[in-house]
Amino acid sequence: MVAIAEAAAPTAGDRRQRARRTTLGLMVLTLVAAWASLATGAAEVSLAEALGRLARGEPLTLHQQVVLMDIRLPRLATGLLVGAALAVSGAVMQGLFRNPLADPGLVGVGAGAGLGAVTAIVLGGFLPASLAALTGTYTVPIAAFLGGWAATLILYRVSTRAGRTSVATMLLAGIALGALAGAATGLLVYVADDQQLRDLTFWGLGSLAGASWTKLAVAGPIMLTAMAGTLWLARGLNGLALGEAAAAHMGIAVQRMKNLAILAVAGATGAAVAVSGGIGFVGIVVPHLLRLATGPDHRFLLPNAALLGASLLVGADILSRSVIAPAELPIGIVTALLGAPVFLWILLRRRGVLDL
Amino acid sequence: MLEARDLTVRLGRRTILDGLDFLAHPGEVTVIVGPNGSGKTTLMRALTGEIAAEGRLSLDGTDPRGLRPWELARRRGVMAQFAGLAFPFTVLEVVRLGAEAGGQSGDAADARAGAALRRVDLEGHAARLYQELSGGEQARAQLARVLAQVWEPEGPEGPRWLFLDEPVASLDVAHQLQVMDLARDYARAGGGVIAVMHDLSLTATIADRVVLLDEGRAVAAGPSEEVLRSAVLEPVYRCRLDVIRLDDPPRLIVTPRPGTATLAGAAPGITASATAG
Ligand SMILES: Nc1ncnc2c1ncn2[C@@H]1O[C@H](COP(=O)(O)OP(=O)(O)O)[C@@H](O)[C@H]1O
Ligand SMILES: [Mg+2]
Repeated sequence: MVAIAEAAAPTAGDRRQRARRTTLGLMVLTLVAAWASLATGAAEVSLAEALGRLARGEPLTLHQQVVLMDIRLPRLATGLLVGAALAVSGAVMQGLFRNPLADPGLVGVGAGAGLGAVTAIVLGGFLPASLAALTGTYTVPIAAFLGGWAATLILYRVSTRAGRTSVATMLLAGIALGALAGAATGLLVYVADDQQLRDLTFWGLGSLAGASWTKLAVAGPIMLTAMAGTLWLARGLNGLALGEAAAAHMGIAVQRMKNLAILAVAGATGAAVAVSGGIGFVGIVVPHLLRLATGPDHRFLLPNAALLGASLLVGADILSRSVIAPAELPIGIVTALLGAPVFLWILLRRRGVLDL
Repeated sequence: MLEARDLTVRLGRRTILDGLDFLAHPGEVTVIVGPNGSGKTTLMRALTGEIAAEGRLSLDGTDPRGLRPWELARRRGVMAQFAGLAFPFTVLEVVRLGAEAGGQSGDAADARAGAALRRVDLEGHAARLYQELSGGEQARAQLARVLAQVWEPEGPEGPRWLFLDEPVASLDVAHQLQVMDLARDYARAGGGVIAVMHDLSLTATIADRVVLLDEGRAVAAGPSEEVLRSAVLEPVYRCRLDVIRLDDPPRLIVTPRPGTATLAGAAPGITASATAG
């Protein structure tokens, strides 16, 4: 007994076991949310029966094919990826800025990506034919990525001196960037035609209604690549929590890590914004809840944030489709209604620490 | 051997270190002393490669500025004068980050983190959040983290080095002694220790070699008995300092004589403190 007790690793203060169990729980939650999402909707269709047909090797009925494969499944896949991308972007950005209040949506990165996307939607027609042919369906996601990247870079430059980020500067710079991007977007709206205008309005509130396999084929790989890239960031972000100098002393190539983090945030946020518009608060609420539950170790925080973000957004999408069915709410409204109070609660709890 | 020749650091338009020579040997504790703003922290940051410096720099034969961060991390650990933590890690998690930076993982990292915590008397605090510790406890947790990174005083590349910037400034006396023992043990086992200190008596008990800085230059370097003398210290610290020799155990006590500070603004009769951080 004594030998066993001595051989066992110290457990006081060790939250890795809890984090691993949380990962398993979140996987189950994601599956449940996915099932519920496929089963929910205006059209009558039995998921069990459709699966039964697939299992027996029979083709789906036309009705099942259209409702499940062409409408609900791309929407589910988009919801999962966008939710994961937003939550992971938030966690990475918070690690990069060394601050739990950083969020792509709050500090203008989402607005920058939005400006990029709107520019591409409205002015895309003016691209030289050769360039348009080259970028094709990638134009909007690429423009969103560039917009998000520029915004992240500007924000980092403005708010960080010698590796220290000022919260006040970051939030205020975020407001300014958001306002600037909003104004530029407003200008573009003047030149938009009626169809573009309808697209823009709905898109601006954030929605998964426009999800399609075509859009996902472009934005999906960008989000997946960006999220996979963050696996290499986890150790660096842990070190960065101790400060830039300490991270370097612990063997982390800090500058390279920061560049990679900014690219990942811009890629994930940009692609998410390109397919679904501005969906707020996922990036701040999800990592915050997980840090409370299992601690800030990014090796667990990042994958768990992807899972919780995915299931949360899919859940919000189910709500947005069922509350006023057969009409639907923009999902951005649902996440804001759920997320904004949580954000305020975080601010209240941090009152003493947040010296602006 | 850690050697710097003609080390010059300019920050902005100011020259902070001005052609400084520095030497430290593995197996020894080298203590850097000097008044506030004399460049102690800047010297540490230049020696560890944190900031750019002109001049020659050699860590056991290689220029540390040419090494990759992870190569350097295996050779030396650095405890900064001021340290913050952005997220609510537990004490154990913080120390384990050090063990992992030193190349350990899994159970080995846990075991080393536990041992490092014991070494600074923080075993019982492993599960607490670092951000909720007192200043002195945080300093000891940081020391444990750095120690866990370069736990073995000698590695395949040669001796390992501990850089400690004011490691005991916020500690009570017993924990100051514990940290001094830790530094001495590390050196006796073949590692090198370079520490910035303010307490000159404590410096005398631990230092194999003392380097005295004044306005970005090393004005004296050598064994304690050579450097910690009134004639050497007084012009630098600008007050009278009595150096008293005790016999049991043999040690030096360096203590300021009240009312002798000649700093601008020091009124006669007002006791000046020579120990401010
Ligand atoms: N980043 C910086 N820019 C300009 N001056 C600096 C900077 N860092 C330190 N200094 C100045 O260099 C001098 C030495 O600082 P430091 O090495 O921190 O002193 P200490 O010996 O107290 O550790 C001080 O006058 C300080 O104001
Ligand atoms: Mg200093």
